[in-house]
Amino acid sequence: MADAAVIPLSAVEDEARNLDRGKVGVICLITTEVALFSVFVTAYLSFLGKSLTGPTPAEVLTVPVWATICLLSSSLTVELAIRGLRRGAAGQFKLWLGLTILLGGEFLRQTGIEWRKLINVDGLTISTNVFGTTYYSLVGLHASHVVIGLTLLLLVFALGLKGAHLHAHERRIELLSWYWHFVDAVWVVVFTVVYVIGR
Amino acid sequence: MASIVYPLDSGRDQGRTAERGTAYSWARFVREWVLTVDHKQLGLMYIIVALLFFVISGLQAAVIRAQLMYPNNSLVTPQVFNRLFTMHGTTMVFFVGMPFIAGLANYLIPLMIGARDMAFPRLNALGLWLALFGGMLLYSSYFAWAGPAGHGSAPDVGWFAYAPLTERAFSKGTSTDYWILSIIMSTISSTLTAVNILATALCMRTKGMTLARMPLFVWMLCVVAFQILVALPPLTAAQVMLLLDRFLGAHFFDTAASGNAVLWRHFFWLFGHPEVYILMIPGFAAVTEIVPVFSRKPIFGRAAMIGASVSIGFISLGVWAHHMYTVGLPSNANIYFATATMMVGVPTGIKIFNWLGTMWGGRIRFNTPMLWCTGFLFQFLIAGLTGIMLAVAPFDWQLGNSYFVVAHFHYTLIGGLLFTLFAAIYYWFPKATGRMLSEKLGKWHFWLLVIGFHATFDPLHFAGLLGMPRRIYTYPTGRGWDGLNHFATLGVIVQAAAILIFVVNVLYSLYAGKKAGNDPWDAWTLEWATTSPPPEYNFATPPVVRSSRPLWDVKHPEDPDWKYE
Repeated sequence: MADAAVIPLSAVEDEARNLDRGKVGVICLITTEVALFSVFVTAYLSFLGKSLTGPTPAEVLTVPVWATICLLSSSLTVELAIRGLRRGAAGQFKLWLGLTILLGGEFLRQTGIEWRKLINVDGLTISTNVFGTTYYSLVGLHASHVVIGLTLLLLVFALGLKGAHLHAHERRIELLSWYWHFVDAVWVVVFTVVYVIGR
Repeated sequence: MASIVYPLDSGRDQGRTAERGTAYSWARFVREWVLTVDHKQLGLMYIIVALLFFVISGLQAAVIRAQLMYPNNSLVTPQVFNRLFTMHGTTMVFFVGMPFIAGLANYLIPLMIGARDMAFPRLNALGLWLALFGGMLLYSSYFAWAGPAGHGSAPDVGWFAYAPLTERAFSKGTSTDYWILSIIMSTISSTLTAVNILATALCMRTKGMTLARMPLFVWMLCVVAFQILVALPPLTAAQVMLLLDRFLGAHFFDTAASGNAVLWRHFFWLFGHPEVYILMIPGFAAVTEIVPVFSRKPIFGRAAMIGASVSIGFISLGVWAHHMYTVGLPSNANIYFATATMMVGVPTGIKIFNWLGTMWGGRIRFNTPMLWCTGFLFQFLIAGLTGIMLAVAPFDWQLGNSYFVVAHFHYTLIGGLLFTLFAAIYYWFPKATGRMLSEKLGKWHFWLLVIGFHATFDPLHFAGLLGMPRRIYTYPTGRGWDGLNHFATLGVIVQAAAILIFVVNVLYSLYAGKKAGNDPWDAWTLEWATTSPPPEYNFATPPVVRSSRPLWDVKHPEDPDWKYE
């Protein structure tokens, strides 16, 4: 083997453009999550109208307008927070991030209220019929993703309140906002499937 | 003009060798084997985990074959027999195949693309430990509390665990829960590996390594990673649904409450068929690296190889219901799935022709890695042809769930995959350990496994054609199955001898094998540019690449590849 070969650097410059590994990682995560949700959505649609006993979706489900407004507008507020962070406006960042967390929390509260009514008033649990089975699993899967997103947002918020230098973590926080946007986008699908098509 | 000197690490890294000589200490053991996030160490640990489970699961197969050696045999009880084939299938797929592939990917990808580690080293470590503890969880079921109804011990529902057999009503006790939870751990582990593979290949390539110049091994593992990302969630989701059924009284697969048992089969095979390619494509990837080096020619049809891999990746996502012809699907579905399944044969055929085209006119060196690749080519071709036969729905109605199917997929997974994995071990062992495996023992290993494999699985095709169903505990005499089964079991003894020689070869060569040097095979990809074993940082300075065979360019400055690419 030749001991050394000389390759002119000029010949190779700018030929390989590598992507940001954080972005690729989060896109991969979102891809696999999309596949996961697709399976639960498929199950939901395939069991529509198959329940042997009541209650049926039409009898017990009401369109969660307020919860939907909260969750979808939290996409906007998280984007405003990121813009604040980019500009270096820490106060603005914390304000919009706090609002995002409040909106996400309100969404979860509304889900809780809806589930309490379904269980206590309508007598619908996961074992009542296949509607209950697919409803709680699909909406619950989404809600668990909201919980994960909220936990991470709260962590960032707490670090911000403690005075951590969040500007240095701008890239990571932006990736977290991508995940939050994904959680919101999934809600559009779940909403359509459960409350529009399924009712 | 700035320039880069190549190769990079010859004669360096004396410090590491010195450290090897220091006394054994617990702190060092913990640092190297528990706390490590180094891709090479984790890769080797993945492979060690896979080989340990391989031996356990191989012994289970041996007991299965011993039970079937004679008609009306009762070496084990029917219950134990069910547990054996369930554990054998589950282990081989989730705790042998998947960790082995993760190990190869982890060890080789950063070296091949000139990176210092995977994109997410800690995620990598998490994946390894999930795989190991997942496997241990599965096996701890043997020691499980018997459960309220006395149905403890290992899972016995088969590796595809058809509902409603797995529902609480039919599977009491805890065995199925062990199965579900260990598989969920395995799918999470594989998903983490997939994220890591894609992020590494897309973000960590060294200077000058465009995607077009990236080694085909890495290309194919990217296809595998994509398949893992989209095809494993159906399995994970189905397992979560089964857990909800078993613990919260949900009705996904509970047919009595208008649940749907066929849905389980859809979800399972939506994962299960791409899984075949998730296991097989890394084998293809190894062959694609090895065949050119031992034919002394660049790979034939490089672009076609990439195209074929990507199309296998996509087509294989749409063929799952060929596992379900016997369910009684609508005939439109049968026609679609039969056609789609046969379409997979096209890109696979392209690959086989590319390997042959590479060998054609080459100066072939039949060292052990090349022997395994050659064996693979013949055997995988037969496996593919029986696959096309089974893709034809009416043929499958006759032979679905027969030993013909068993023989077919063992041809793909042993004759195909296992042979390529042994090729990979013989090829990269010198890189990982600094020592060559013995060629002499390697040839014994190869030929005994060829003979044993054919002795076992060739007759089983005929047993299947004569109507022997898979998974039967025993069979009456006089069906024409006796001799075939007897012969198949004798083949197992030869296979076991081959594996024993392999184990001896590895242990012997680790201590007394010939010193390998940096580049024992005169190869062309970057992993051979560093020392054997490579230092923790792989390359002291990131290498610079101008073609898909960077070491060829270095060795032949008068005729470099980059002039033509």
